Amino acid sequence: MDRKGNGRFRAVVIGVSTGGVEALKILLGGLQASYPLPILIVAHIASEASNGLALLLDDFCSVRVKEADELEEIVPGTAYIAPPNYHMQLERDGKITLSVDPPVNFARPSADVLFETAADAMGAGLIAVVLTGAGSDGSIGLKAVAAKGGTTVVQCPMNAVADSMPKSAAAVIKPDYVMPLERIPELLIQLAWE
Amino acid sequence: MDQDELFDIELRLLLSGINQAYGYDFTDYSEASLKRRIMHWFVNSDYATLSDAQARILRDRDAFESLLRGITVNVSEMFRDPPFFKAMRETVIPHLLTYPFVKIWHAGCATGEEAYSTAILLNEEGMAGRFRMYATDINNAVLQKARDGIFPLKEMQRYTRNYQSGGGKKSFSDYYTARYDHAIMMPALREQIVFASHNLVVDSDFGEMHLILCRNVLIYFKPTLKERVLFLFDNCLLPGGFLCIGLKESLEGRKIASRYSEVAPKMRIYRKSYG
Ligand SMILES: C[S@@+](CC[C@H](N)C(=O)[O-])C[C@H]1O[C@@H](n2cnc3c(N)ncnc32)[C@H](O)[C@@H]1O
Repeated sequence: MDRKGNGRFRAVVIGVSTGGVEALKILLGGLQASYPLPILIVAHIASEASNGLALLLDDFCSVRVKEADELEEIVPGTAYIAPPNYHMQLERDGKITLSVDPPVNFARPSADVLFETAADAMGAGLIAVVLTGAGSDGSIGLKAVAAKGGTTVVQCPMNAVADSMPKSAAAVIKPDYVMPLERIPELLIQLAWE
Repeated sequence: MDQDELFDIELRLLLSGINQAYGYDFTDYSEASLKRRIMHWFVNSDYATLSDAQARILRDRDAFESLLRGITVNVSEMFRDPPFFKAMRETVIPHLLTYPFVKIWHAGCATGEEAYSTAILLNEEGMAGRFRMYATDINNAVLQKARDGIFPLKEMQRYTRNYQSGGGKKSFSDYYTARYDHAIMMPALREQIVFASHNLVVDSDFGEMHLILCRNVLIYFKPTLKERVLFLFDNCLLPGGFLCIGLKESLEGRKIASRYSEVAPKMRIYRKSYG
């Protein structure tokens, strides 16, 4: 059964690639530590020190940022980054699982995998965001999110470092929101308290 | 009732049917990844509903095998996670060298890349002729590939890099011959490995082991099944023996954890206590 939160949303998922570090700094940096939803992130960023991106963002942001662990239970005010070389899935019981399934669209982790499983787990309680990036990862996943009644957000391609991921997403569905990166934190806050 | 709910019901029925008809029990596998793969298999199939698929799958072994190929994850690579293999050389081998002969079990070996990697490592570290390796998997098709020991040549560049940063002491190309676009592993290596069918959900262990490797397999199991499999390993691992799991897996919170200590930080190499 659905867990009862205050609002209609239970989680945010984000897919980002080229330009991701700066984009995540702006997006997560715009949220307070008390942000009421958990945030799950797939970022295609090659990082040798596997924990690097999470540590960097955690220093920079008020919300807690960490690399996701297997079977970790998601909690509000925390952002979970998929570890390099693993897909990250959200289960219906609100736990994260990881897998080494083959890359999807050349990507592992893949935003499609996260979005599809999170859509299945959270239904209309999900907000999915596609940010700057090369390629088309996230588009198919965003379609699944929309089909399950979730809310879809795409960064305005004109305002993106690399526009093909947001462009491709906006071509597959009509997103609920298309807006510049700087305004997305505000939207996420508004939706979360709705 | 909406389509999604119907799909979930049909999925549970299908998994139960497969278990009863073929003895493959997926009920304790993590749901999200399994469901996503079945969903993709279904969308690309000609069946109108999952119930239609079920009627055929239960009657026709080939249809079942096709589903199985579509939904099982058998990806592997040589010397995946080079720091892990480096840690094996440094922390596990010195202990294994104190035995005249050791037995090693690779559970969930898929197409065998990791078993070949370990065999190479053991030979280089002075264990040639002093070990027997059992490499097992639930999937017979991948086991046959593992026995053949033939891998795509285009992967060898990446594997060579992995091998070198994992502490490799020779030239990686000494271990295979290239033919057309394939690399054929040295027969002497193949002969050191016994590939056999084994299902971690239902089968029992096969005797005392000094080292067990089971990497990126438990990650697909729910906690209940993880516990079962870890008990199985614990049961056949000798005191002082080593258990290696995937870098994103952990014994934390598992029942057997109190008898194990991690000997290489973050490398998920655990040693069983003598107590
Ligand atoms: C992702 S692969 C891991 C391969 C290798 N250990 C590695 O890390 O490169 C997972 C393997 O586990 C096997 N497997 C899944 N369920 C199993 C079971 N119940 N018993 C034995 N093997 C199983 C699959 O067939 C697959 O080959």
